[in-house]
Amino acid sequence: MVEVLTHQFQKSAQKALRDAFVQNSLRRLSHFHEARAQALAEIGLERWEALRERARQIKAHTIQHLDHYLAMLAEQVEKWGGKVCWARTAQEANEYVLQVARRHGVRLIIKSKSMVSEEMGLTHVLEEAGVEAVETDLGEYIIQLARERPFHIIAPAIHKSKEQVADLFAQRLGAEPVTDIPALAGIARRALREKFVQADMGITGVNFAVAETGTIAIVTNEGNGRMCTSMPRVHIAIMGMEKVIPRWEDLAVFLALLTRAATGQRISSYVTFVTGPRRSDEEDGPEEFHLVILDNGRRRLLEDPELQEALYCIRCGACLNACPVYGKVGGHAYGWVYPGPIGSIVTPMLVGLPKAKDLPYASSLCGACREVCPLRINIPHMLLALRQRLAEGAPQERKGSLLEKALMRGWLFLVEHPWAFGLAGRVASLLQRPLMRNGRIPWLPPPFNGWTRSRDFPPVASRPFRARWKTLTRGGTHD
Amino acid sequence: MQRAPKRVALFVTCLVDQFFPLVGEGVVKVLRHLGLEVDFPPAQTCCGQPAFNSGYRWEATVAARRFLEVFKDAPAIVAPSGSCVSMVRVFYPTLFHNDPQRLALARQIASRTYEFTQFLVRVLGVSDIGARYADGLVVTYHDSCHSLRELGIQEEPRALLRAVQGVRFVEFAHHEVCCGFGGTFSVKYAPISTAILQDKLENIADSGAQVLVATDSSCLMHIEGAMRRRRMAVRPVHIAQFLAEGLP
Ligand code: SF4
Repeated sequence: MVEVLTHQFQKSAQKALRDAFVQNSLRRLSHFHEARAQALAEIGLERWEALRERARQIKAHTIQHLDHYLAMLAEQVEKWGGKVCWARTAQEANEYVLQVARRHGVRLIIKSKSMVSEEMGLTHVLEEAGVEAVETDLGEYIIQLARERPFHIIAPAIHKSKEQVADLFAQRLGAEPVTDIPALAGIARRALREKFVQADMGITGVNFAVAETGTIAIVTNEGNGRMCTSMPRVHIAIMGMEKVIPRWEDLAVFLALLTRAATGQRISSYVTFVTGPRRSDEEDGPEEFHLVILDNGRRRLLEDPELQEALYCIRCGACLNACPVYGKVGGHAYGWVYPGPIGSIVTPMLVGLPKAKDLPYASSLCGACREVCPLRINIPHMLLALRQRLAEGAPQERKGSLLEKALMRGWLFLVEHPWAFGLAGRVASLLQRPLMRNGRIPWLPPPFNGWTRSRDFPPVASRPFRARWKTLTRGGTHD
Repeated sequence: MQRAPKRVALFVTCLVDQFFPLVGEGVVKVLRHLGLEVDFPPAQTCCGQPAFNSGYRWEATVAARRFLEVFKDAPAIVAPSGSCVSMVRVFYPTLFHNDPQRLALARQIASRTYEFTQFLVRVLGVSDIGARYADGLVVTYHDSCHSLRELGIQEEPRALLRAVQGVRFVEFAHHEVCCGFGGTFSVKYAPISTAILQDKLENIADSGAQVLVATDSSCLMHIEGAMRRRRMAVRPVHIAQFLAEGLP
């Protein structure tokens, strides 16, 4: 599995905030956001809402009967001559892929974009075993050359400027330093074309897997996915177990939502459907087709009524684009594979809450994610549920310090005793005097100094409302 | 919604009580101006949101029980905060999911607890309260996240502001984006919170507005804190106070 750096959230976030390149590219996210809004305007709010509603129903039903639909999917895949691997962990999935590769004497693998394979750290594992695995999605290819992690679910290299990409290509591929985007894409295309021809195995992700037909659907914009599924002798598709949908016709709903929410497209440039390996009467396609169905902690979400909804996610990235926090710190700060609002739910559940204690708090709970999410996943309320575990859960999961707990108890005493509440205000209004400058408080001691580093704090009123109320009721004035 | 009540209980919120009493006075003035009787149950304190948002549900539940006790007989409850009203309307029911008796009470009380502008526009059916300012005052509005996305309040404050004589209402860019407050988030993740706030300030400044209005004193406290630090000339003010000051 990929190294987990979730505990460094604060540090990485600050680094991103100071990085002018990162800040610049984060501003580009507004394109996605605007494109999405336009796509919605085009389809009309009413239809959009109807699609969302339908999609939620389908997901709710599927997740409720997940094992049933997964079994149906596996049966269909096998019926069409494919092989199915049930992997409980990333390691099991990696081993399976490696085994298949070894059995076929594979030296070179072409890969299309797959977040699940990122989660498994698959390319790394393959490389260590001496098998070259090349990412063929342009963004992923850039990331691979730079030895970084995806910055965004659907735009992995959005944090790189074209100058940076040009440098990278010059350095790694010995390419001419050009900085116009078509020329850069041309360099990548030429480098990748050779790989496409030589590869003996293709690995892809899965956007949706249709249970009743055993078909997997792959949504791409570059056509590389289709090369990976059709050119090499062997195709392995890897899916998180939540990707199954019951029926062929459900695809119409999800495809309409996915591309609009992700990029504002009515449909992506390519949607590839694969049902098993090549049949005897077909001219192309792989000789072998494998479907890896990965759990890797998803069952924990499945068995968790408060968080189960996270499995509805179709990884469109809309919540990242809308999130004010992601918009400032970007994808790397989150320290694992899935960043942004949905990452702050999924990551703690997959890598373990004790390792990712910062993430559920790294949100202002503004709810913009839920508003744009095509599945209306209630991310802010799930973050609150995770916070509860961090405050009140088992000791190893707890984050709240004893000081915080004590402060909470002190606060509760005030809440329960209005006289003390009033008194606390009066005491504070006396204590604040030495801190006041021009009627404001420009400095507070730790742990509150985070506020005053950039903002003044207002003083406690010398006469709180509850004291004024008496004059108000006596028909007093309002000034 | 229900028939307009003649009497309302004010839940002033702990923040307004202790830091921004003029906002509370503004609510009282506007409601009385519209012919309502206003009660202020003195046993009220805090809705429990600070604890709830930090994950301390047990403490939040104690605060919520108190709220229910204090307001159980009120025909309608009005508060100058979309955030605290969300706590009551949206989250109280989740706190009592294991306590059927209180759950029923929480649901009843939730259904008659209103954010100030929601109460004026949706319950009383009023948008012009008769406020007036010197001609040409440029006013803009920041959508507080909880008002907008937990309670769906969007048109209400705008209708009230547009009806104020003399006010030229303008929207500023990205008015629906969070100001970066988020309670303890603003302290624990201060650099991120500040970076988000920075965009907000720039957008407000670009709008040319002289007055920034919002439904929540917490967001305003956050925005104002940075405006003062940067000596911006815009005046941030709660909608209740703004409307009240425009009344004769
Ligand atoms: S949570 Fe919703 S918005 Fe975010 S990636 Fe998943 S489906 Fe898209």
